[in-house]
Amino acid sequence: MSEFILKARDLNKFYTQRSGRFGFGTTQVKALDNVSLELRHASTLAVVGESGSGKSTLARCLLQLQPLDGGSVFFQGRDLADLPASELRQQRRHLQMIFQDPFASLNPRMKVGETVEEGLLIHGLGNKDERFEKALKMLKRVGLVESDMNRYPHEFSGGQRQRIGIARALVLEPKLVVCDEPVSALDVSIQAQILLLLKELQQEMSLSYLFISHDLRVVRHIADEIAVIHQGKIVETGSIKEVYESPKQQYTQNLLKAIPGQKRQVA
Amino acid sequence: MTELLKIDDLTICPASLPSRKLVSNVSFSIEPGKTTCVVGESGSGKSLTALSVMGLLSQQLVRTNGRVLFQGQDLADLSAEEMRKIRGRQIGMIFQEPMTSLNPVLTVGFQIGESLTAHLGLKGEALKAKVSALLEQVGIPAHRANSYPDELSGGQRQRVMIAMSIACEPLMLIADEPTTALDVTVQAQILSLLDNLKTSMNMGMLLITHDFGVVADVADDVVVMFRGEVVESGTVAQVLNKPKHPYTKALLACVPDAEGKKPLKPIDYAWLKNEQVPA
Repeated sequence: MSEFILKARDLNKFYTQRSGRFGFGTTQVKALDNVSLELRHASTLAVVGESGSGKSTLARCLLQLQPLDGGSVFFQGRDLADLPASELRQQRRHLQMIFQDPFASLNPRMKVGETVEEGLLIHGLGNKDERFEKALKMLKRVGLVESDMNRYPHEFSGGQRQRIGIARALVLEPKLVVCDEPVSALDVSIQAQILLLLKELQQEMSLSYLFISHDLRVVRHIADEIAVIHQGKIVETGSIKEVYESPKQQYTQNLLKAIPGQKRQVA
Repeated sequence: MTELLKIDDLTICPASLPSRKLVSNVSFSIEPGKTTCVVGESGSGKSLTALSVMGLLSQQLVRTNGRVLFQGQDLADLSAEEMRKIRGRQIGMIFQEPMTSLNPVLTVGFQIGESLTAHLGLKGEALKAKVSALLEQVGIPAHRANSYPDELSGGQRQRVMIAMSIACEPLMLIADEPTTALDVTVQAQILSLLDNLKTSMNMGMLLITHDFGVVADVADDVVVMFRGEVVESGTVAQVLNKPKHPYTKALLACVPDAEGKKPLKPIDYAWLKNEQVPA
């Protein structure tokens, strides 16, 4: 097995936008413009960019949740686009996603236990008791208790909901987890808890993370490598140390300069 | 007396449950030309404190104790009519969500003009000129006055909110997490815009935030709130460099630093509970 779990080659994605008077014209917006990236096994690659830079499109395209207009995604050496639908569905077990908004990404009408068990059910893993045991173990691991399984998402705080989202994704023991701004909706104190939890789980389960974020302070703490994306293009890649200490591109330098808390020295 | 706004022993409770204090004995003051940052997590009562200054608390909440003095005048003594004259005229407010706080069916020019007409009686060409000037002041081309909110980006919408709130040249500006929903580069622009306006108009500013990075950049004074109480207050240098209260220390420790030198440490609430709280 190669050292890269995920490789993306020359990804292209266009959106057609209505334009002109009354929207009769159309213009093409390049959401992804020849994007290539590589994610090492059991490491974290952060994709950093501002809103509209194409980072969420990238996440969805990598997981084949949206069709690509060009390029290919190799997961463990296999081109995901070439896989037959049934096989892609099997692979999905290993490709999970943690979403940004913990208030919108959980089904409000399903109990937390059901939400976490659902993936196991879909992939036909284990019998009823085994599924329950697995879901319970996972929920306990992320810091919830057994009685929480019978509660509904609205009964939880934002941080707890994000824990449920993590349990839902990780109960399938995936290999690659795409985290789309998993902490941007949370308070700083809760943010720190979730980041540490993600790091611990990465070590325990040897997960590879593709971590999408606009917060360079957070990225510094979680990622090994970083790719800066701007207007659908990757403008700079490198190890965290390289990019933070000697950014080559003007755009990266501007992003680093805009991090709050640098005007006055804070102890 | 130098302070512009003085909050004295403010306590807010739900009307139905007066024993449950949401904001408890909060006191601090704001001087002209200075920025006071109120820092705390969700539920710490920081937004409630700001809303009660503006007299915008919901009907289910009541102020059970304390006073809010604006230029020495207790705001609670004012009639609804008098309060309306202060709100928007002498105290401006910027809300967190620029998406939801603008009216989607009115042009931004109209929305900026509303308070100018209401408070200063501006009309016609004079109004148009003032709106254009305000937009340029916040860095938006004047012709954008005819745009609707959905035609603007998040940062531009927040600039429009700022233009609205400073339209009548208020003495004080309350900004409730004005940059939380924005990208870092836009955040940096908005913060420096607010900082410049504060200096040029000698406004007192009450900035609510949960980000210590923002605090370090713009604050003169800092008030740290935890579970409805002020646990620590002082100048920005005191609070950030020599925090006294364990909660302030814990909150500072969980902010990721841009250098990545310091390990992240989540707040241990159980430990905080047992910790002696210095007066």
